[in-house]
This record gives sequence, C-alpha cells and structure tokens, in this order.
Amino acid sequence: MKVPMTEYLEIDLDRELWLCRVCGHEIGPARGLYKEGLLVHARDPREIHKPVLDPEMYEFTFAPDPSWVQILEYYCPSCATMVEVEYLPPGHPPVHDMDFDIDALKAQWKTRKPLTAGELAGPDMAHFAQHTHSRKEKAQHRHGGH
Amino acid sequence: MGKSENIGDQKREQDLINQFLADNVLFLGPDPEIMENHDIAPRTDAEDKAMKKESDPAVLALVRDRLQAGCNETFEMLEQMGAAPGAKWGDLITGIFTPSGDLAVGSTGGVLLFACLVHHPIKFIKKYWEKEPTVGIREGDGFIHNDARYGNIHNTDQSLIIPIFHEGKLVAWAGATVHEGENGAIEPGGMPSAAEQVYDEGLKMSPFKVVENYELKKDLVTYLQNSVREPKLQYEDMKVKLFVCRRLEQRVKAAIAEFGVDAVISSLRRGLEDSKTEVQRRLTEWPEGKVRTVVMADSTLRENCLIKINLEMEKKGDELVLDFRGSSPEFANRCNNTVLSSLKGMLCQLFLMFVWPDLPRNQAVFAPIRVICDPKSTLRSSYTTPNAESMMTFFPAFTAAQLCVAKFLYNTPAKFTKVIAPWHNMIRTFIWGGMTQHNEMVGNLCADLNGMGGGARADRDGEHAIAPIFASMADTGEQELNEEEVPFIQIVSKKIMCDNQAFGKYRGGQGYEMIASNLKSNMWGFMVCCIGSKVSSTPGLFGGYSSPTYPLCKVKGVDTFEIMKSHPEKWEFSIVDIMNKQPFEGAKYSTHHMGLQFELCNRGELYMIMQGSGGGYGDVLERDPDLVIRDIEENLISHEAAWRVYKAVFNPETLVLDRDATQKARDAERAARKKRGVPFKQFVKSWSKPEPPANIPYYGCWGEDCSTIYAGPFAGVPRKVMRADNIEAVFMPNPKDVRIAELEDRIRTLEAKGRG
Repeated sequence: MKVPMTEYLEIDLDRELWLCRVCGHEIGPARGLYKEGLLVHARDPREIHKPVLDPEMYEFTFAPDPSWVQILEYYCPSCATMVEVEYLPPGHPPVHDMDFDIDALKAQWKTRKPLTAGELAGPDMAHFAQHTHSRKEKAQHRHGGH
Repeated sequence: MGKSENIGDQKREQDLINQFLADNVLFLGPDPEIMENHDIAPRTDAEDKAMKKESDPAVLALVRDRLQAGCNETFEMLEQMGAAPGAKWGDLITGIFTPSGDLAVGSTGGVLLFACLVHHPIKFIKKYWEKEPTVGIREGDGFIHNDARYGNIHNTDQSLIIPIFHEGKLVAWAGATVHEGENGAIEPGGMPSAAEQVYDEGLKMSPFKVVENYELKKDLVTYLQNSVREPKLQYEDMKVKLFVCRRLEQRVKAAIAEFGVDAVISSLRRGLEDSKTEVQRRLTEWPEGKVRTVVMADSTLRENCLIKINLEMEKKGDELVLDFRGSSPEFANRCNNTVLSSLKGMLCQLFLMFVWPDLPRNQAVFAPIRVICDPKSTLRSSYTTPNAESMMTFFPAFTAAQLCVAKFLYNTPAKFTKVIAPWHNMIRTFIWGGMTQHNEMVGNLCADLNGMGGGARADRDGEHAIAPIFASMADTGEQELNEEEVPFIQIVSKKIMCDNQAFGKYRGGQGYEMIASNLKSNMWGFMVCCIGSKVSSTPGLFGGYSSPTYPLCKVKGVDTFEIMKSHPEKWEFSIVDIMNKQPFEGAKYSTHHMGLQFELCNRGELYMIMQGSGGGYGDVLERDPDLVIRDIEENLISHEAAWRVYKAVFNPETLVLDRDATQKARDAERAARKKRGVPFKQFVKSWSKPEPPANIPYYGCWGEDCSTIYAGPFAGVPRKVMRADNIEAVFMPNPKDVRIAELEDRIRTLEAKGRG
C-alpha cells in the first residue's frame, strides 16, 4: 500500500520506499532520509524574492540577504517537481525533516482505506458536522444522513 | 541537635524549622511547581463528588453551552466598552476557570493564548494568598496581574480575576484579559524593544488583590494610574474588566440556580477531562515518528543577528513532544526572550486555532503535549532576562511547530482543519506615543497587526490581511475612528502591494502597505517591532516559497503635507514609488530593519511598512496558470513575476493565456532544474560546513548536534561556544557604541590614508 506523506511524497509500505507522488519515481528507502534521492540546488534568494527597492540606493529592499540565507530547492530527479524547499544559512547542513516509524505506519494503515484528495487537504469548515443536541439530527447522522 | 536524639524530638524540631521557614519567606517569586506545569490540576474530592452526582452528558453539555454563551457575551461587552485599542479590536479574552484554576471555558473570539496562561496566576493566588491572613480570598475580591513570569505573554496584557462562591464555597473563577498597551515602560505603548532589563519594561504585577466587596481599591488604582502614561485608560479598563467578570459570575450563578452546583462543577471538570482524552485519541491517529525543522529569527529588535529556533517534534502513541533544544541562548540585555510558560501558551494557540478548532476552548487541549527547552535558552529564559518582546522568539517557535504539524497531519485521515502553510507570524504595525490633538499623553498601537496574510492551504490560496497568528477572530478597526483620537494619519492604507507574495502552487495571502505620518502633534513618535528584514520570518510548505522580507522605510526632514498642498502632483501613493523615485526634494530617504525604538516623527515625515504574507504551498510550476492571470488582474503580482516565478506566458495587453507556450516554458524550467540540481550526497559535500560562517552573528546549535551552542561573533565580541546544558546568557553591546566604533574605525582608516 502507498500512503501519502506530503503533497509530493508517498511511502510504499510493502517495499519500504519513498516515492514521488507525481511520477512514481523511487526516491529511496523509507527508513532513510528522502532528500538523499533528490537533486538539490542552492539558490540566491533574490532570484525568487526580487528586490523591490533599488539595491543601489538602500540596504533593505524586501529581498532576503543572500549572505545570511539561501534557498535549498529539492527536485525529483525524474519529473523535476520541486518536492521541498528549505531556507538555511550558508553551510548549515540540510535538516532530516521526516523520520517516520515505518513499522507503526504499516500497523496504522492495515485497516485504513486510501485517502481522497479532499481528505488529504482537510475539511471545508462550511461542511463541518455541527454539534447538536437534537435527537432527531443525531439519529439521522447515525443512519448516514446529513 | 544536642543530646535529644529520639525521633519525636527530631520531628518536633523539623516541624519548627519548617514553620519558621514558612512564616519567614523573604520573597514569593514565580513558583516553578506552578509555572512549569501546564497539565490540568488533579481532580478534587469536591469535583469527584459533583461528577458522581451529576453525570448526564446532556445536562453537562447544556451547562457548558450556557457558560460558553456567557463567555462570548462578556467578550462582546469587553470589546464594546474597553478603552484600549487592543480591546476595541479583539485582543482580549474572557474565561471561566475551575476552583483549582484550570481554564474550562474560554470565549470563542479573541486571543486564546491569554487564557492558556491565566491559570498560572490563579494557581499562585490559590496557593499563596488563600491562607495568607493579610490577603485571603473572599467573595467580592478581585486580583490583577500582568507579569509574564507568573503566567502571561508579556506585561502589556493585564488580567483581572475574581473568585466565584456558592454558599460560601469557591466553585469557579472568572477572568478577563486585555492587551492594554501602555504600561509605563521605557518606551510608550507597552512593548519596549529598548528595554535592556526587566526594570525597563514598566509595570510588573505579580497577582495581587485590587478589588474588595466588588469595588476597585482606590489607593491601588491611583498608584497604577501614576505608573503608566494613560491613567484614564488604566482606570477605565480595570472597571470594564471587573464588570465583565461580574457578568461571568452572574452567568455561573444563573447556571447553578437552574441546574444545581454539582452540574456546574461537574460540567467544568468533565469538559477538561474529555478534551484531554479526545486529544490523546486524536494523536494516536497521527503517524509515529519525528519531524524536524529550523526557523531563523534575524533580529533582537536592536540589531540583526541569526537566532536559531530548532524543533524536533516527536509523536509516540498518544503523546506529542516538542523538543526545542539547540535553540539560541537567552539575551541578558534584550527583551526578545520567552518565558517557558509563554511559549506553551503560544503553542496551545496553534492547536486550538489551526489543528483542532472544533474542540472546546480550554487548556486541557494542550495537556497531553510536552515541551522541552534548554534552561537559559531564549525559549526558556531566566527570571532576570527581559521578555516584553517575547513574540520575537515564540512566534518563530509557533511557526516551527506549524510546519512540523503539517507533516504529521497530511497523512492522518481525520483532520479538523485544512493542511496549511505557515501563517504570517509577525505583528507588522505601528506602535505610537506622545501628546494627542486633545492634549493627552498616550501610548499604544495600530490594530493593523490583526490583518496578517493567511498561509496557503492544500487546495486553495491563502487569504489576504485576514488575522494574526494569535487570534482567529479579531478586527483591524477603522482608520477614521482612530484619527479622531490620535494625531497621526495613515496616508496610504489597506492597499495590497504587488509581488508581496509567498509563491507556490497555492500562494500565501498578502498584506497591505501603511504610510503613516504625524499631522496634529508637536510631540509624536513611532516604533515598530518585527523580525524578518534580512531573512524571511514565514516559510512555505511542501515546496512553497516563504514570504518576502520586510524593511521599515522612512522619509525624514520634509513636511510632505505641505508638498501635498503646494505640489500635489509630486505625491506618490506607494512605498515603492516614494522610495525609488524620491519625489520630495531635500528629504532623507532610508531603509532599516523592523526593530525601530521609539523615535519622534515631525509633521509630514513618512514611516512606511507592510503587512506580511502567509507562506506558499507546493511547487510554483504546478500553479494553475489561470490563477496566475487572476493575480495579475488583481494587481497582486507583476507581469515580470508571473513569468520569472510561474513561467506563465500570456498576451501582456489582453492577459489572454497561451496555454501551450506556458506548458513549454514550464517543461523547459523542469529541464533546467534537472540540469542545475546536484545529487544530495554530492551537494552536501560542498555545501555543509562544520560550524557557522565566521562573519555571521549566529546564536544556537549548528546542524543536528544540539549539544553545542554557538553565540556570536558580534561587533568585536568573539564567538562563544558553549555546552547546551551550561548556557551563558548573551550580553549584546549598545548599538550606539557599535556605531561609534564603526565610525571611529572609518576615521582611523581615512586618517591613515591621508597620511599615506
């Protein structure tokens, strides 16, 4: 079974692999750091957050200071989806950000069904089941009504 | 002990010593037993009996709804009647607490984290004042409090707390807390970033009695009025909070009359126990494991430096542990430090607002969650370190937790909110002070801080200028009403700045720009207090980019109102145009980091800031190109950014999208990514360094080794390396001394050149 962990990453529980959710590329062992199977590029943050004020005139320009922070962009080596970004000071080691217990995950997902896109994103508050004291409404909920 | 060695004598002597020590306590400082415990208090015998007598869930729910309605009613009262700007715009809360002091029901609106902290002072009052003959707790009493070290965010927020009795027995407490603003600190407005010691921070009220027989004690009120710059506000809001507490008392007593005292006590306690159990149940559904992140704060508000907030969040069974070890040391003479309980309050807010907003507003929601910090770190600061601007470290800690939570939640089937990128985490607004047009001295802040950009969600963009991270329901107020009371105007306001966007598949909500100036006072000034001018404060999620960085921009030495009269065509109505075109002759234009200490603003001088954007979500190349065009139409992004970031191709005249060309451009960008991307292991070899760059003032651990803490170098003070279990507070030099030293260096260099 494949279980989504982020917008772009899933874990194949049977094969214990991180996979790209966009192209299915096998990124690496699920018990390891997924970043090891990706391409990385350290970007000058001003390429994304461009100075809005003239940098010739001002010290602070709405753009980050590249000597204090860089953007590490992680790409899937197969489809080049940008799986993750990390803002770090130059030279700071990348963070081992997700370290899940695979055995526990397997046990949890034994009886679960795959999630829909809506379930992954989370509920819309407008459709949230309301707290009620009405016996009639509670009975309807119990019988699958809404 | 002499010759009397039998056990009876020893016990008598020990009892005597204990009694002597108890009777002769020199100073009742914050009690670690109270301050380090955020769990709900043990169930008392009285609660146990009440719960056995009344356990019908329907009755208990009716009581809870009745009390909830009372809290919401008093929230409205306080908002309508309060004098502080914070009160008028929702920076407040009201709540009902159990006899032991746990918050059981909080108002739906307002700043929930206040309520997650007020249980500490109540527990202090119970423990120390109940049996103290000079104080006591009686019907009609009321206590005031604002010192964060006894349970608060910072001392600009004041609480009034009253005990509620039924037939002579304490059955509950009512509390009301408001961001009052002015507190007599070294700078006006209540959030003094210039404070270098706790004694610069103004009123520091440990909990004390200020009400007897439901009347404010005039002698104490007078003392408090003399201690702040806004004596009328101090009095008025004490009165309002007292009346609000009395209304809560009325509602509790009405519930007792209708349902019986056992039903009320049982309902308060049951709500807490059920909330805790439910949170534990929900946590079991999260994946097991560890999620880590790093958020960098880039300023103490006096100087730029990198302050690391390091978080490892571990979920195991029904417990969640937030381990912040490795974060920056505390700053001995800066006020950006956080008291541990304040950090917990802020984190509780995260779960109440962004994870389980459906749960009752009570403190038990955070009870199953543990927090670990290094002693003397900036997130667990000492008694003597200032903390008036604790938000500068606990807001980034909130963001770190929000990032980690998203990585646990995505995989969890039962969610109660959207998966969301970090909310903009700063308070980008003006703090102000001086003499008004009505000849009154005031010090407070603009409510624009309540309109930060929301984080992008997993299936849609974030909302613009919507709410702060500390209140789900608050208001930004009407500028025109503001101008009736204070002498400055916002010449430009509520105007969203183009390209102030956290880019992503879904973009963060954006914020508006504010251009303020003094119009009607001979003595008026501003402050701002935010991080994020060199390094973004608010990151994105799952490949989404962060918010931009934000400077403070100033135009000094010119009265732009006169130019508006004489040469209106010269006026530009955006920060970018004013700063880049410099339309006012003779003016001095400058940019700064967002830690401005109080500074006088002459008539017509301009102070200009921006609200912040929430973080972006997902890969920019996945953004629906139609949404890119919509953003252009709404002037949220420029044509240039639409191409540079999103690779959208369109007719610049008609904005008609060229879908094929967009697809090709995006394919080309993906190919470019593959070309420039380096395999991880190869990248790490060249990128990762064993310690922080020698030229960057860096505070905290480096990489994943949390046992070694770096501090500095800064302004000639060399870098210190310490063990995490033996942190020494960092003492920063005075920024003016730093500037003088820089200028002296320049003089020496120039003189040497001259001689050469």
